[in-house]
Amino acid sequence: MIKTVYSKGKLVAKTGNEVMAEAMRQIEPDVVAAYPITPATEIVQIFSQFVADGKVKTEFVAVESEHSAMSATLAACAAGARAMTGTSSQGLCLMWEMLNIAAGLRLPVVMAEVNRAISAPINIHGDQSDTMGARDTGWIQIYSENSQEAYDNMIQAIRIAEQAKLPAMVTTDGFIISHCMEVAEVYPDEDVKKFIGEYKPERFLLDIKRPYTLGSIELQDYYFEHRWQLAQAMRDSTKVIAEVGADFKKTFGREYDFFEKYKLDDAELAIVVIGSTAGTAKVVVDQLREKGIKAGLLKVRVFRPFNGEQIAKDLANIKAIAVLDKADSCSGTFAPLFTDVASALYANGITTPKLVNYVYGLGGREIGIKDLTDIYAALGEIASGKRAVSKNVEYCGVRI
Amino acid sequence: MANLKELSKNPEVITGGHRLCAGCGAGVVIRQALIAAANKNVVVTSATGCMEVSTSVYPFTAWKIPFFHSAFENSAATASGIETAYRSLKKQGKLTDDIHFIAFGGDGGTYDIGLQSLSGAAERGHKMLYICYDNEAYMNTGIQRSSATPLGADTTTAPAGKIEQGKEQNRKNLTHIMIAHNIPYVAQTYLGNWNDFVTKVQKALEVDGPSFINILTPCRLGWAYKPEDTMNIGRLAMETCLWPAYEVERGVYKINIFPKEKKPVTEFLKLQGRFKHLFKPENAHILERIQKQVDDNWAILQRRAELGKTGVVA
Repeated sequence: MIKTVYSKGKLVAKTGNEVMAEAMRQIEPDVVAAYPITPATEIVQIFSQFVADGKVKTEFVAVESEHSAMSATLAACAAGARAMTGTSSQGLCLMWEMLNIAAGLRLPVVMAEVNRAISAPINIHGDQSDTMGARDTGWIQIYSENSQEAYDNMIQAIRIAEQAKLPAMVTTDGFIISHCMEVAEVYPDEDVKKFIGEYKPERFLLDIKRPYTLGSIELQDYYFEHRWQLAQAMRDSTKVIAEVGADFKKTFGREYDFFEKYKLDDAELAIVVIGSTAGTAKVVVDQLREKGIKAGLLKVRVFRPFNGEQIAKDLANIKAIAVLDKADSCSGTFAPLFTDVASALYANGITTPKLVNYVYGLGGREIGIKDLTDIYAALGEIASGKRAVSKNVEYCGVRI
Repeated sequence: MANLKELSKNPEVITGGHRLCAGCGAGVVIRQALIAAANKNVVVTSATGCMEVSTSVYPFTAWKIPFFHSAFENSAATASGIETAYRSLKKQGKLTDDIHFIAFGGDGGTYDIGLQSLSGAAERGHKMLYICYDNEAYMNTGIQRSSATPLGADTTTAPAGKIEQGKEQNRKNLTHIMIAHNIPYVAQTYLGNWNDFVTKVQKALEVDGPSFINILTPCRLGWAYKPEDTMNIGRLAMETCLWPAYEVERGVYKINIFPKEKKPVTEFLKLQGRFKHLFKPENAHILERIQKQVDDNWAILQRRAELGKTGVVA
């Protein structure tokens, strides 16, 4: 249950989409360019109303596609504006070319993204296949467990993106968070504005007296260095994310880290998961703890950059770990989150935990208390040696 | 009408030393457009293409004014984003300069892959000028057919062969498509008449809303002619009435230049290697078909211009 932690905070009942739009109203970017897509439509719809009612100074561009949404947003950003957009699923797929370009040009665009399955078959419900498909585009990715986190992450993302000179997307799980009304604490407009500060780009296209060329062709002699710089910026952004998180805690009281540990420190069995499923998993952890089972949870909040060193430390003493992916990779081997967790552990010399990968929830397939309890039970058997570790992905909740 | 003496005093904002081919029409298009706009602050965007890759080879740039490129199909969406940022910052008092926006694209980036982006930006009413340098094929990737490639032209993806005689379809009429958007200013012109082009650019930049200029731009490599013939071929497009110079201002058609004597279309075609196969006796029917299309289109355009004089708008 969300309670007020900030002295000037106010509790409101809002859906995930409503709080993301509310955060955008308070951020009040110079430009928003967006295109409707379920389940993210409401975010730009609500925001358009703010524009129509004169509640924000933002110029809203109702573009004709998501490709143009990202093209116009990143161009506005290059021009010197604080620019935002929002999308989901197929919209993100259509943006894919421009996602890479926003990152490659080091433009701090911030996007509200609502996780939804990707076609085919067409499906409007929540899974994380869309953003997982964009995981290597050079965008910072921050996932939210609930409305409160979505709101807080949006506010932090502005500062993170602008300091790191990288675009950032903040996500919620489609329908589960985007359309579910929850209590969230919001902060006064002026305090949010003070926290994010003014956007002051070093170079921008509308700086007509200091003309420059952006978006050059770079061949064998320069391209590699700029792509290295992009990858390095992503590595360096861990420091920025930690600093912004610390300042956010100091200002508004809520603590945000790359990962959230829930009863993990003395745990023997752990689930690693992203997004709203963490909420359900916490209930299961509590139930198991009552029975004396040392269950714990690690929720991934920041997936890009992936803080491998920290996750290896957090998971070092766990006997058996289930990494839950709400996206498959079709790679012939494991799903995205598992691959990164396993690499991080191995690279940091942690080889004792036994690892299993579950893909779950595709197309909005429910995952409940029983499913997660079963996964912990399987982990118990793996830890005690009664059950062998699968050499491939396990599926939770699919009829095979 | 532009004054050459005045224009000659305007600074060049595109430097020499860019990497376009000798005899390339695109370089002339940029240069003349920007000389026309030299008394204004301009931010330029470009679609991926010859113009873009040849003028911005890192760490060099041929542009002395702000230049932005991000992708192939989005020059118009890109300009619309910058123009929106401009309106927003200006409204908030964060910016005081008056700035104009010119988006460039070749025919591939405009007629084909960028058509949706252009249509969207035009419909939304951004105050920007889009200039399509139409060289009638994908030249940057090596002369592939586009929807601007004319009937019978030999390209690498619609080649003249033993059975087929180059492109078998008619070209798309993008100028008409843009007129149908009911934007304040749409014009068509050709390379080889600086005065007509410069005047149109200046007019386009004055309108309050989107404007579009389609300029037929010979490509010596893709059209296969001698580099020194660029301007001559450009002018022949107008003199044969294949590519008339006209404009549509708030819906009213006006033909800007009437050829002294309407030349047969073969005068234009015969100088270009891409049409060489059409001059074989067995392809005479294709030449006839092209001539008929030119004649019909010219007659229709004249009727529209007559209607314009009586106040009928498109």
